[in-house]
Amino acid sequence: MSAQRHKCLIIACGALAKEIVYLRRHLGVADEALTLKCLPAEFHNTPQKIAPGVEALLKEHRKHYDRVLVAYGECGTGGALDTLLKQYDAERLPGAHCYEFFAGAAQFEQIVEAEIGSFFLTDYLVKNFDRLVIKGLGLDRYPELTSVYFNNYKQVVYLAQNEDEALKQKALGAARQLDLDFLYKRVGYGDLATELEAFVQEEGLCGSAHKDQQTRQLKTKDEDHVSC
Amino acid sequence: MSDEEDIILRDLNDNDLVDQIKDDLYDGLKDEVFEGVEILLERKWEANLILSDVLVEAMRIVGIDFRDGILFVPEVLQCAGAMKGGMGQLRPILAASDAQTSVGKFVIGTVKGDIHDIGKNLVGMMLEGAGFEVIDLGINNPVENYLAAIDEHKPDILGMSALLTTTMPYMGLVIEELDKRNILKELPVMVGGAPLNQEFADAINAHSYGRDAAMSAEMARTIIGKNS
Repeated sequence: MSAQRHKCLIIACGALAKEIVYLRRHLGVADEALTLKCLPAEFHNTPQKIAPGVEALLKEHRKHYDRVLVAYGECGTGGALDTLLKQYDAERLPGAHCYEFFAGAAQFEQIVEAEIGSFFLTDYLVKNFDRLVIKGLGLDRYPELTSVYFNNYKQVVYLAQNEDEALKQKALGAARQLDLDFLYKRVGYGDLATELEAFVQEEGLCGSAHKDQQTRQLKTKDEDHVSC
Repeated sequence: MSDEEDIILRDLNDNDLVDQIKDDLYDGLKDEVFEGVEILLERKWEANLILSDVLVEAMRIVGIDFRDGILFVPEVLQCAGAMKGGMGQLRPILAASDAQTSVGKFVIGTVKGDIHDIGKNLVGMMLEGAGFEVIDLGINNPVENYLAAIDEHKPDILGMSALLTTTMPYMGLVIEELDKRNILKELPVMVGGAPLNQEFADAINAHSYGRDAAMSAEMARTIIGKNS
């Protein structure tokens, strides 16, 4: 059976690397059965670099794999990513952004419907808030631009993958720094887990390694709302 | 472009002062641009000449360097802030001047579901600099807002902006509605925003695609026959 197993590749945003490595282990998939290659998470701020970055990896690696999953949302590429994936017979995760598939489409829509001025953070974005948001937007050099960037935002929504009080406090601090309200939602791995699980099952990759026992903690619901 | 020695703006002749204001705007030095404009006004320069030959011209260079990857968003926003300061001095003079007539009316707004307005505001500023009367509808505009503004202001051009891949299709919906009401054949519609491209603008039947703020203002003048 293992000799017949397909070789699959995930090309992912660096912001999802840790989560995908965790899920791969958790689903009991051997590293060599599902290879992970990442692009810099900084592309989050420069979406025009995503499709060329993915294409470079596809050019090099597509022929070596039976199936390729691109762990990006549409991510502001203006359709360029989807056009590219058709060309290379690859597929991506559903939704516009990573925070959408972490939250799940319905919950994401509900949050945005309730408050259109929602600025989303995930575990990765909280951990790297200073590098990706503060430095990425130039707020370290020009803090006065904060109001220019965030004028229309009302709240920071932290879609937490893991329960981590230190990260939660850091996210609250980020909201305060941006002078926004704070909403905490423990969403787990959301559709990333669902999609990845479906992918490995379709490819028969499950059980190629020892399966993690913490499965049911992947989706969960906790919520706090703080006005800063 | 900053020099180590302090430059006394009042000591410069007109040509050097104009060059210095352009340099200062490029460097995002709001106070210096403000002072430079003040000196030119004291020297009896016409407000519309200061606007077009100094501020807009400097911002045009900023736009080119942004397009070419020399300047980045935070720097462009600093430049825009400096230009805004200079324009703030000129606006009341231009408004009070009998000689100053608008070259046309431009209604602009970010589409429904989208709260991003940095690009739209830059375009609005460049349009104003190019002599347009700009009616800014702000963010998150449903089709009804555009229709009401068209009815009220009778614009020469309608501009729509979107930053999100999820909201840009709404532009097509507005254009369809304008077509149904026989407004489209009389009213050119310009679209713009980071994820857009010419292909998308063509697909939704927009009159033009504004790639950046400076180019949008140039195109707008061409559309109303002021660039021949």
